[in-house]
Amino acid sequence: MIYFDYAATTPVDKRVIKSMIPFLNEKFGNPSSMHSFSSDTKKALEKSRSIIAKAIKANPEEIVFTSSATESNNMALKGIAFAKKSGHILVSSIEHDCVLNAAKWLGKNGFEVEFLPVDKYGIVDPKEVEKRIKKNTILVSVMHVNNEVGTIQPIEAIGKICKKNNIYFHSDAAQSFSKTPINITNIDLLTISSQKIYGPKGAAALFIKDGVKIEPLLHGGGQERGLRSSTENVPAIVGFAKATEIAISTMDKEQERLTKLRDKIIEKLTKEVPNCYLNGHKTKRISNNINVRFSHIEGEAILFMLNSYGIAVSTASACSSPKLEPSHVLSAMGLKQEEAHGSIRISLGRMTKESEVNYLLKVLPEVVKKLRDISPHK
Amino acid sequence: MNYSKEVLKHFSKPHNYGKIDNYDGLGRVGNMACGDEMFVYIKVKDNIIKDIKFETFGCVAAIATSSVLTDLAKKKTIEDALKITRQDVVDALETLPPIKIHCSVLAIDALSEAVYNYYTKNKLPISKELEEKHNQIIKRESCHL
Repeated sequence: MIYFDYAATTPVDKRVIKSMIPFLNEKFGNPSSMHSFSSDTKKALEKSRSIIAKAIKANPEEIVFTSSATESNNMALKGIAFAKKSGHILVSSIEHDCVLNAAKWLGKNGFEVEFLPVDKYGIVDPKEVEKRIKKNTILVSVMHVNNEVGTIQPIEAIGKICKKNNIYFHSDAAQSFSKTPINITNIDLLTISSQKIYGPKGAAALFIKDGVKIEPLLHGGGQERGLRSSTENVPAIVGFAKATEIAISTMDKEQERLTKLRDKIIEKLTKEVPNCYLNGHKTKRISNNINVRFSHIEGEAILFMLNSYGIAVSTASACSSPKLEPSHVLSAMGLKQEEAHGSIRISLGRMTKESEVNYLLKVLPEVVKKLRDISPHK
Repeated sequence: MNYSKEVLKHFSKPHNYGKIDNYDGLGRVGNMACGDEMFVYIKVKDNIIKDIKFETFGCVAAIATSSVLTDLAKKKTIEDALKITRQDVVDALETLPPIKIHCSVLAIDALSEAVYNYYTKNKLPISKELEEKHNQIIKRESCHL
């Protein structure tokens, strides 16, 4: 099987596994204990925090470890909302479900929630943010890179507007961290995750800028400066830090390599397969994301047929969703339902080889043709 | 999506797909916006479905149910073909995920519409039941039955 679903999750790098093993074996102590068993884990925990802080040019005290990007995003939205107690929250309409659903929940619980539109490429216009800011706006949340169509959002410009208006700005960087540079100058809260960068599942972080007032979601023993009680998942956090080190040190080269492969796939599919179109922006796009649509055939069928050829991709087509609803991202971009149905996402990663890309480019046009032969529309 | 082996078998090698150019009846149901659309073509001789083909836009389940429906209906008298139920289609596929049951309904509707079209074209008497079913199908607005 060839894996083209790195945006969903990544395999754990062997060097990362190696770094974690001692903390699953002899170095098992609870970092909060007083005896010698805890000193190694406590040190490892703080070292990991420094590595991750450095990767985004933050201070170690500004990093709070969590269990997932979903938790970090929930913490950012609800934590700020609970600290402010009331107010208006602006969220982009193409956020990951964990941001959207946290925002909708806040909307049902006394907060005023508004969704920002996007253009046909899936990009938020900073002017739309400025236009919607009100006296009682407490938080703006716009993701750095969209998980479905890979578009890079103008978060620096949006951050500036928020700063000028004295409003907290949160960005979900689960898809961009260690893949493209992030400038946190005007960002108050940033979500990053381990499982998207060849680290283990179960570790993520929320950057909370010094001075930002936030309420914790988990109350207990007061770990993470009282912001996230729970015994720290040291093995996963150590792995997260190792994964960060590796990814940051190879970022520029890897970005260049993947951009070439990405553009080769986009070019070949959109030029050589009839009625194939790119979803999202051609250049304002993360290096590992390709999202294309094929007229007259359906995404779930494409996915299963590719799977039978040994290729794994993903789709947000309505037929593949538990509620049979089309992708909220493609809908927000203005795609008609029949256009959204035929969309698939191909995401590349560290293990992607040119030969794998060539195999995909050989098989995918055949699959499209086969399904179009079955379809009443050609 | 958890599909049975039989569903995946029909999906990867569908039976009887394509057009019948000089068809006697054509049933068209569903639409592109809903995510599944089926065309069923029939060729009738001596009240028997001599040939049947389908064209389907849709997911794995939509293609597999179309394929299995054509197998079930082929060589049957029109009356027997109209007796094929949603459960017959599901059973022939071992099982279908509950969320995909509407695909089996769509396949049966497509066949019933093909027969309706054949009767209308040939000015043959149409039973009250078939007439009612036809009216239901063309009035249907929601995507997922």
